[in-house]
Amino acid sequence: MTTDLPLTPEDVNEITSILDGSSYDRLDIRTSRLRLRVQRNGEGWTQEWSLEDEAGAATAVVAAAAVVIVEELPEGVTGIPAPLPGTFYRAPQPGAPPFVEIGDVVGPETVVGIVETMKLMNPVHAGCSGRVIAICVENATMVDGAAVLMHVEPA
Amino acid sequence: MIRRLFIANRGEIALRVIRTAKRLGVTTILGASEADRASWPAREADEVAIVGPGPSSQSYLSVDAVIAAAKAAEADAIHPGYGFLSENAAFARAAAEAGIIFVGPDLSSLAAMGDKLMARKVGIEAGLPVVPGGEAADKEAALKRAEETGFPVLLKAVSGGGGKGMKRVDRAEDLSHSIDMAMAEAQASFGDPRIYVERFIASGRHVEVQVLGDGENAIHLGTRDCSIQRRFQKLVEEAPAPCMPDDKRAAIEAAAVNLARHLNYRGAGTVEFLVDATTFDFFFLEMNARIQVEHPVTEEITGVDLVEQQLLVADGLRLSLTQDMVMPSGHAIEVRINAEDWGQDFRPSPGRATRADWPAGEGIRVDTHMAAGGEVPPFYDSLVGKLIVRGATRAEAVDRLTDALDRLTIEGFATTTDLHRAIVRDPRFVAGGVDTRFFEGLARG
Repeated sequence: MTTDLPLTPEDVNEITSILDGSSYDRLDIRTSRLRLRVQRNGEGWTQEWSLEDEAGAATAVVAAAAVVIVEELPEGVTGIPAPLPGTFYRAPQPGAPPFVEIGDVVGPETVVGIVETMKLMNPVHAGCSGRVIAICVENATMVDGAAVLMHVEPA
Repeated sequence: MIRRLFIANRGEIALRVIRTAKRLGVTTILGASEADRASWPAREADEVAIVGPGPSSQSYLSVDAVIAAAKAAEADAIHPGYGFLSENAAFARAAAEAGIIFVGPDLSSLAAMGDKLMARKVGIEAGLPVVPGGEAADKEAALKRAEETGFPVLLKAVSGGGGKGMKRVDRAEDLSHSIDMAMAEAQASFGDPRIYVERFIASGRHVEVQVLGDGENAIHLGTRDCSIQRRFQKLVEEAPAPCMPDDKRAAIEAAAVNLARHLNYRGAGTVEFLVDATTFDFFFLEMNARIQVEHPVTEEITGVDLVEQQLLVADGLRLSLTQDMVMPSGHAIEVRINAEDWGQDFRPSPGRATRADWPAGEGIRVDTHMAAGGEVPPFYDSLVGKLIVRGATRAEAVDRLTDALDRLTIEGFATTTDLHRAIVRDPRFVAGGVDTRFFEGLARG
């Protein structure tokens, strides 16, 4: 790995000290790893860090691991979306019966599953009334925030 | 001499350790999961070893995976950071068996402080006052203990920690079924149903002491106050603990050093106390045998690099610092910026940062791994970064913090920045010396 100019917090302090006494408002630095903009902001400064190159690209690794469900919903059918990205579970704990099965009637407050994210269990509420006619995501699958978990047909 | 350091962690602490190691001329190998492959710490490290896929149990929490990666990388030493395997005795043992230095305390200290009941016993042996209460081998004993202690009581899991598995019981008639529930939950969460009983102290402050030891000598680097918490998770920390009589502060510091000496403690550690906000009586709670999230506030008032001290002690050196050489000055405050939505009951908010503008300037320090283009994966905790400010006085630090928070803009996911803007404007915070009930009284924005 080529040795590159490291940019440490101490460097940022030095930069702001130097710029403080000058008439400059902004300093842009780019290394092979990072971009830094130190900008005057009111009486103080901001440090704006970026992992992106100028074209705005950065490796998005997490998205590749997530299940992205892109589909047209059949007419009259409502989808229950994941409230946030994470791991979808159909039951309150391993071995327990699932919250709902196909054919079950749900109301807006009915808990139909859990999305576990960042070590917290987030309940999934149906948000609509009707009968569950399809379960689109298997137990213990990673979903992104837009995923449709189940289909509900108005009863 | 440690020449190749394996960092078995992620996020801001991984970057923190990498920076000090680099400054000391040590080669850094980051043990990252697949989800952290493109992270800032991964770019900063000299080498990256992938320890497993995103989910922690298959990567950061896998003793086998981490040790195998460290061996393959020919690391001399492993820095475990905080959380994950940092206080896991089996991990420390596996590192030793692999011939790799574990940057942390000896196995005996990890064992003594890992079991909270054992830690209480050791604390008593070392002469520290503990919260009235004690062990409860079974339900009968728990009932008896609670009656001796007086209500309200706190039921705590022996194998718990990190603020988890605690139940408050206000009345004797609730005790029996609360004990049943506490034991069942302890079994489910920690695999050990044992609980112990403590008096619940209503007006309490969480004050902790940073210690450093080399196995023979131990010193303290002053106090920190971490009373601003939500569900036992710290939000704001400051050093030194404000609004306390000097003699009480000195007594807490001395107690912490006594415990460290009693353990022949090696490395950096933190001794946690509960302080009665009115009488300033203090009680030993537990000891964290690792570097802590809030270590920067101590570094800012003492000028000591705690990660450097950890590496020196791990290398087998005696402490070059004596107590006389530690002269804290000024006041430092840290706020934790988490990827959570305050308005939605702190719902976690994973995502990708489209903007990461942090404040900068005199008296401002930012410990973060979050830059524009950075990810908050759904697998780990929500800590995005820490804003630390320093001032000659607490008032100056509070003013500086208030200004600095106005220059903090992160976009792409929700953060708790607004929560901190509300905290710094709360008159109780401005006055200082708040107790652990502070958060409940915070006005919603």
